[in-house]
Amino acid sequence: MDPSQEVFKAIKESGIDFIVSVPCANLQKLIPMVDSDPDIIHVAATREEEGIGICAGAYMGGKKPAIMMQNSGMGNSINALASLNHLYKIPLLIIISHRGVEGEPICAQVPMGEKTPLLLEVLDIPAYKPNLAQAKKTIEKATKKAFEEGKQAAILLSIDFWRES
Amino acid sequence: MIRYGALEILAEKEGDKDTLIIANIGFPSKELYKICDRKANFYMLGSMGLSSSIGLGLALARPDRKVLAIDGDGSVLMNMGSLATIANQHPDNYLLVIIDNGAYGSTGNQITATAGLTDLKEVALGAGVQNVAMVSDESGLKKKLDTMDNGVLIVETEPRNKKVPVIQLCPADIIERFMEKSALPFHSG
Repeated sequence: MDPSQEVFKAIKESGIDFIVSVPCANLQKLIPMVDSDPDIIHVAATREEEGIGICAGAYMGGKKPAIMMQNSGMGNSINALASLNHLYKIPLLIIISHRGVEGEPICAQVPMGEKTPLLLEVLDIPAYKPNLAQAKKTIEKATKKAFEEGKQAAILLSIDFWRES
Repeated sequence: MIRYGALEILAEKEGDKDTLIIANIGFPSKELYKICDRKANFYMLGSMGLSSSIGLGLALARPDRKVLAIDGDGSVLMNMGSLATIANQHPDNYLLVIIDNGAYGSTGNQITATAGLTDLKEVALGAGVQNVAMVSDESGLKKKLDTMDNGVLIVETEPRNKKVPVIQLCPADIIERFMEKSALPFHSG
C-alpha cells in the first residue's frame, strides 16, 4: 500500500471535489495526484488561513472541499476555523501532515507538532490518527460525519504513516 | 466619496442582478446591509482578511455565476498572498473590489500602510493580476462597474463610516439564505 494513494482513494471515495494545498515534503506525491485529477479543482494557496477562506467559498458554491497542509499551518488557521467555519457551520476536511512527532529530524518542528492535537481539541475539531491500513476507511467516515454535521474533521498523518508501505 | 457612497453605487449596479456578493467584516457588511440587503449578499462577520479568498473559492466553484467580493485596504494588507493566488487562478467571473480608504475603518480609523507608501494597484499588478484598475470618484466607479467583469478594482475613498445599525441576522440565517442563491443549480429567468 502506498500512503499517498490511500489518502487519494479516500478523498475520491468521499466525493471531495475541491482541494486547497499548501505544501509539505510528505504531501509531495499527493499534491500532483490531486492536481491532475480532472474532477477535482485544485488551488495552491500561499498560506493556510487563506486556504480555509477559499474552501469556505467553494463550499458555499456547492463544492465539497478539503485542505491539505503541514501541521505548522494550523497555527495561522485558527481564527478562520473559529470565526468562519465554526460560526457559520461550514464543513471542511483537513488533511494534515503531522510533523514534530516520533521520527522528526528537524527540532523546529517539535513545538508545534506537540501542540497540534491540543489546538484541534480546543477548537472542537475531532482529530483522527489512522495507520495506513485504517486510513481510507477513517478518512471516509470522518468526512461523512463532518459534512453531515456542518463541522470540520482533521486527519493527522504522522511521519511513520508516510513511511509505511 | 466615502465607502458608503461607493457601496451605494455598487448596490445600484449589482443589486438587481444575480451577482453573488461577499461583503467584508465590519462596516462594509453593515453598510451594504442598510443600503441593499439581499439573499445573495454574504455578510462576513469574522475572519478578517478572508473576503477575497472566500470570493475566489466561490468563483472557482461557480464559473457560471458572477462573483464580486468587497474588501478593504486593511484586510487586503492582512492577506496579501491572496492577490497572488487570484492572479494565478484568474477566474473570469470574479471581480475583487477593494475600498481603499487608508484606514482601519471599523476599529477607530487607525491609518493603514496605504495611507503611507503602499500602493495596492502596484501590489496587485506585481502579484500578477492582469486586469487592475483604480478609480477615485463616483463616475469613474460607475464606468468601471459597467465594463469590468474580473480582476481587481481599487476604489479610493475618504476614511469615514456611516452610522448604520447592526445586521439583524444570525450567522446561520446569513449562510442559509446565501446558499439558496449560491449553491443550487442556477436557472436564469
